Amino acid sequence: MKHRDFDVVVVGGGHAGADAAAASARMGARTALVTLTEAGIGVMSCNPAIGGLGKGHLVREIDALDGVMGRVADQAGIQYRLLNRRKGPAVQGPRAQADRKLYREAMLREMKATPNLTIVQGEVVDLMMSANTVEGVVLDDGSELRCGSVVLTTGTFLRGVIHIGDKSRPGGRMGDRPSVRLAERIDHFGLELGRLKTGTPPRLDGRTIDWSQLEEQPGDEEPVLFSFLSKAPAARQISCGITHTNERTHEIIRDNLDRSAMYGGHIEGVGPRYCPSIEDKVVRFADKTSHQIFLEPEGLDDHTIYPNGISTSLPEEVQLDYVRSIFGLERAEILQPGYAIEYDFVDPRSLDLRLAVRNVGGLFLAGQINGTTGYEEAAAQGLVAGLNAAMEALGQGSVHFGRSESYIGVMIDDLTSRGVSEPYRMFTSRAEFRLSLRADNADQRLTPRAIELGCISEERRAAFNAKLEKLSSGRELLESRQFAPKDLGAMGIQVSPDGQKRNGFQLLAFPDVSMKTLTAGEPAFEKVEPEIAEQLERDALYANYIARQQKDVDALRRDEAMTIPRDFAFAMVEGLSNELKHKLSLARPENLAQAAKVDGMTPAALSLLLLRLRRHAQAKSA
Amino acid sequence: MDTIFALTSAPGKAGVAVIRVSGPSAWRAAEQLAGALPKPREAVLRRLKDRAGQVLDEALVLLFAKGASFTGEAVAEFHVHGSVAIQRAVLRELEEMDGLRMAEAGEFTRRALENDRLDLTQVEALADLIESETESQRVQALRVFAGALGERVEDWRRDLVHAASLLEVTIDFADEEVPVDVSDEVRELLARVIAGLDREIRGMDGAERIRTGFEVAIVGAPNVGKSSLLNALAGRDAAITSEIAGTTRDVIEVRMEIAGLPVTLLDTAGLRETQDPVEQIGIARARDRAMTSDLRVILSDERGMPDFDVSDGDIVLRSKADLAGEAEGISAKTGQGLDALISQIGERLSDKVQSAGLATRERHRVAFLDGRIALEDATALLARGPDSYDLAAEEIRAAIRALELLIGRIDVENLLDEIFSSFCIGK
Repeated sequence: MKHRDFDVVVVGGGHAGADAAAASARMGARTALVTLTEAGIGVMSCNPAIGGLGKGHLVREIDALDGVMGRVADQAGIQYRLLNRRKGPAVQGPRAQADRKLYREAMLREMKATPNLTIVQGEVVDLMMSANTVEGVVLDDGSELRCGSVVLTTGTFLRGVIHIGDKSRPGGRMGDRPSVRLAERIDHFGLELGRLKTGTPPRLDGRTIDWSQLEEQPGDEEPVLFSFLSKAPAARQISCGITHTNERTHEIIRDNLDRSAMYGGHIEGVGPRYCPSIEDKVVRFADKTSHQIFLEPEGLDDHTIYPNGISTSLPEEVQLDYVRSIFGLERAEILQPGYAIEYDFVDPRSLDLRLAVRNVGGLFLAGQINGTTGYEEAAAQGLVAGLNAAMEALGQGSVHFGRSESYIGVMIDDLTSRGVSEPYRMFTSRAEFRLSLRADNADQRLTPRAIELGCISEERRAAFNAKLEKLSSGRELLESRQFAPKDLGAMGIQVSPDGQKRNGFQLLAFPDVSMKTLTAGEPAFEKVEPEIAEQLERDALYANYIARQQKDVDALRRDEAMTIPRDFAFAMVEGLSNELKHKLSLARPENLAQAAKVDGMTPAALSLLLLRLRRHAQAKSA
Repeated sequence: MDTIFALTSAPGKAGVAVIRVSGPSAWRAAEQLAGALPKPREAVLRRLKDRAGQVLDEALVLLFAKGASFTGEAVAEFHVHGSVAIQRAVLRELEEMDGLRMAEAGEFTRRALENDRLDLTQVEALADLIESETESQRVQALRVFAGALGERVEDWRRDLVHAASLLEVTIDFADEEVPVDVSDEVRELLARVIAGLDREIRGMDGAERIRTGFEVAIVGAPNVGKSSLLNALAGRDAAITSEIAGTTRDVIEVRMEIAGLPVTLLDTAGLRETQDPVEQIGIARARDRAMTSDLRVILSDERGMPDFDVSDGDIVLRSKADLAGEAEGISAKTGQGLDALISQIGERLSDKVQSAGLATRERHRVAFLDGRIALEDATALLARGPDSYDLAAEEIRAAIRALELLIGRIDVENLLDEIFSSFCIGK
């Protein structure tokens, strides 16, 4: 083997980079995290919050695999809210405002404390290649790091352009340098690129906001944390403020639309529909006379306020004008103007399920560079890319996550098989098995896989096994006790008098039955700890639905397990129509489940493909 | 693993039709239909009965054991008489059994392949066959939905996308300025789709169809020879199953079987201009009844064509051919052209049975039923309010999956499109 400085080099210290580097190091790979500055590790460049719907699920899954985002967020959380608290647990998403500085510091501590992980300060300006395989990176000082695989997590640095009104300049996020040479190298690979945009609001000076007038939004009284290992928030808890735009605000925006970078025709990238600029909102929903704004503190000892809901690319003076037209913000000062940023992304269909570039050896991509948005989406990709980069460098095969077991799997499958047309964000509605992919059971779903991979701390393994033990004995206890309809009547539970006995777990599936009601009729249930009891309630609630979905899950898993080799020639499959051959060759599905989703695919064509795969496998083994 | 079944011989009327059942419940299904089971690979003659004990057909029953069958699973085959009505009745009976569902095109082959039961070259030959079968199914489906049903399906699709997106917006964008309680609006949308499905299910219920049979109206001017033709047809080889005087005095009905299909022949009032108000009513009814019939036999004579709009597929004939001395045409008196007419009626009706395709029709019916059940469950869950929207959304998802065959795939992007165009998302 050639000399290696590291097994894996991760380029970029954002959310994708941090979880990629940590995952790679946990796998036992000697890992370098290359970042422009240590201060750039764990920076939240957009709003100061972690989690939310779908996103909170991702953070829990990252945590279940012993990733860093959840633990670090719990070091920095200053206001916790469980979204959809009144809806079913499957669609509840933990969310927290995070103190930027605390988050950055905690992340840096975490990186420094991770064995096998070295932080290297510098700018990666090029990749070292041997034929079509990446062998290392070149830094701006001319030094080289040789390695087995590289994970690029360079966010919006690919030809990033920042727009404020009619002014624009090249740049990644505010204050950072774009990586032009690296972009040229990536061009050289001939990957399909697209262009996206995103925006930020002006940051306000909290001392100039009239808080006394504003509605207050406190956090939850009982905070729900991200990490399965966390017990309580580490930082002091605070509230956010709420205000609204008004007709005057909208008038100012409308009068200046032609000066907005976006509406002035300076931007060609596609923006996210779920996160429109205030210009967009005013134009597209013209009949709405007011839009809500959350005033989110960026930190406990930081006066900066992030006004969530008014991202913009209007000129600075117009931003000040419209901000001051808003109730409570009449005397507000802008600390940093809002801006829009346009950047290139790599069509994620050029990646395989490991997030490795298909036609370049040893190169993995994660985060915004793949067309996603959000810290959580980035970190989850980082985790997958980091694990696989380490496995490749160490010659250990690969790891995949399926759609039926995780949001991570849903995202990676969506990205690599469908690509993106706007910045990709997780929603719970993207997960067809949403009822079983819950934030509350992420550990039950994924921690066993992490144990199998060996990328998990002893502390977590022990905690998980103890919990699992309690869950199964709690469930056994519930299932061991049968209740006849007349017993239930006495407990105030109405069931049809069919004479049929039901066990405790089955009864928990009833909408108005809780562990409390059951314990009233069966005191033995008292010995189930409250936390375990709650988990059993959530498991029971969906048990019937999950059983019903099991067939679909099995079919999907079977098809996902039937992998299609990278060198498989779809064009050579006799009996497939030319159109299908063409579509399959373009989509290059990695398994039968992905092939089934290719437009125009029929069950017969799938059988034919299966047949060819069998023959291919036979020929290989012969 | 599901147990699957399908007609494996070519669809339509044939001497013998083969229905195959494969999977863990195959033998149980055979026992339920045919009673005591034979040994594997020994064909026996059995009466197939439905749950009510009614005999469906006398059929050859053949079993194959797991590991020694085409698919590698336990298999039961029924070789039934080839009439479409019998095939359909047996398929219907299987479909009602727990754990059984109709096979997808190519599914038997796929299972055989998965269980390593097939010589690879064999599968290749089969694959071509299946491909063309799938294609013809697709074309049939297209044909069905190009018509009036197509528009209704489009409405259902729109309503379901809207209903699902309303629920999803309250779930995925709960921290935005979006409605909290959408139960009433969603319920209304679902009720519309449920009502539509109900209408379709009633209309396409094969059992109903087989009981009432097809209607063939004989249309023509007074004294053109309608009654003579009816009597001649009824008196020939076709068995008269009953003869009822019309419920109105304007229409005489005779039931018989043509090409294995139950047919009711209608002798309608003669069409002519009249001042008599009673006769006018009779003629109006005759026209209506003829128009709603499945097929019309229109008779003309030396006075020419009756005053009636001929539809596509109607049979037009010159009556009293013996008097006119014509070789073409029909004569109730001499029997000229009667055989030809019977086989023509048989062909046209068989075409109608198969135009949607037996399998396609059955699939649609099952899809309608499954979809309706899921939507009813969703409606019940909506009553519990936003707390249970996750479950209601799941039921709607199940309904959409069931109806996918008809309404096309609705994926999350469709819902997001709807959400982003209806609500201002993005705080």
